[in-house]
Amino acid sequence: MQLFPCPFCGPRPETEFHYGAEAGNLRPDGAEVGADRWAGYLYMRANPKGATREIWVHMTCGEFFAMERDTIDHKIGRSLALGENAE
Amino acid sequence: MTRRYSAFSLFREGIAGQKGWEPAWRSPQPRKTYDLLVVGGGGHGLATAYYLAKNHGITNVAVLEKGWIGGGNTGRNTTVVRSNYYYPESVALYGLAHRLYESLSDELNYNVMFSQRGMVTLCHSVAELEVAARLVNAMQINGTDAELFSAEDVRRVLPNYNFAPEARFPVFGGVWQGRAGTARHDAVAWGYARAASRLGVDIVQNCEITEFIVEGGRCRGVETKRGSIRADRVGMAVAGHSSVLAAKAGFRLPINSYALQACVSEPVKPILDTVVLSPGTGVYASQSDKGEIVIGGGLDRVPSYGQRGNLPTLESVIAGLLEMFPAFGQLKLMRQWAGIVDVVPDSSPIIGESPLPGLFLNCGWGTGGFKAIPAGGTLLAHLLATGRHHDISRPFDLDRFATGRLLDEAAGSGIAH
Repeated sequence: MQLFPCPFCGPRPETEFHYGAEAGNLRPDGAEVGADRWAGYLYMRANPKGATREIWVHMTCGEFFAMERDTIDHKIGRSLALGENAE
Repeated sequence: MTRRYSAFSLFREGIAGQKGWEPAWRSPQPRKTYDLLVVGGGGHGLATAYYLAKNHGITNVAVLEKGWIGGGNTGRNTTVVRSNYYYPESVALYGLAHRLYESLSDELNYNVMFSQRGMVTLCHSVAELEVAARLVNAMQINGTDAELFSAEDVRRVLPNYNFAPEARFPVFGGVWQGRAGTARHDAVAWGYARAASRLGVDIVQNCEITEFIVEGGRCRGVETKRGSIRADRVGMAVAGHSSVLAAKAGFRLPINSYALQACVSEPVKPILDTVVLSPGTGVYASQSDKGEIVIGGGLDRVPSYGQRGNLPTLESVIAGLLEMFPAFGQLKLMRQWAGIVDVVPDSSPIIGESPLPGLFLNCGWGTGGFKAIPAGGTLLAHLLATGRHHDISRPFDLDRFATGRLLDEAAGSGIAH
């Protein structure tokens, strides 16, 4: 069992967390957005092998946050509350 | 040299000291140019090369494999072959693969040990049984075999299931596909490799792609650790790592990579002679010809390229298995492993030309690529040979994510991702 750091609750078992999305995938603004741009936002992913930055939710406290993680060895970097420090 | 496998050649080699067998496939140095390249020496890539030679007469082809053939998901899956899908497009795709599997051993002159022992998908409530009836009707209309099982039918094929009154997952019935079964996964890769090599295809192992050669906006070949190799068209069948190669080619795919675990028990005498899937426990199991219980479950819920798998998922899979078959608590687990699978939002594969012209995709098979190998090979070969879609592959083009014509088999047939 791996421990993930919740910025609000500290280290907790991985089963309490749910993967949300890649960080930095911002919703396109305005009504004049083409189908390809929408598809890019909704579906297309970088899905990097190695270092990545992701949005997770800690289901027990209900907070979303950003976490730096490596997708090969699963090492965890920083975990940050959303807002000023993370997109 | 003995080329053809048969009872007679086995006997002849037996009395001749087994000296006459030739290697199953050649291992040539890659040439500088080919007509077509296939990146990825798993089942799909090798099948693509075979069907290019057999269906289209194109043999100036190389399969480039990063490691050894069949060493990725082809060698890590749980070997189930079935076509119990909901949408007509999906049944056309998986039905093609299923039919080709039925004659594959004869066609390749290689025993892939396809054993059509049937598969039952269990229903643990009246509501699930009603959805199952809908799925069975759809499958029958779309032309694949399906039967709605009563609880008594399930008891007949799964006498060891936990039918106790207090069972956590009682059985109300199930979906039966009698033509489903298992095949020997390595043999599928080796059989296609041998047959393709016979027809003149070069199979190049230890040949990792470092980048794509792009000229005039088209893919013209690849740079590899063993030099640059040029071709008119390139196909890629590298499930698990599709996004990594896509990034080298300059585009993104609607794919997340996840680990899918499986494990096997010690071999025991025959106790389970069908494939069984329980959506309630999230577990499926079968017994291999060697006697091992082959156990699989859902994805690890952590995006990953680490081919290991994590403990909480393994624990829940084993717990689910023991709810289903309490007697299996006596078994010892022998091996556990994981493969990295391409998970797509609508749980259907992606087959078609990529955003980089000249580069063609076969990816996004999720947890079910093995069963589709003959179809994936046939369709990617058709694309590479003609530059156009086969009727069966057209609905699975990457453009469906912009047009919105998704084929949601998670909703249709209950794929659990």
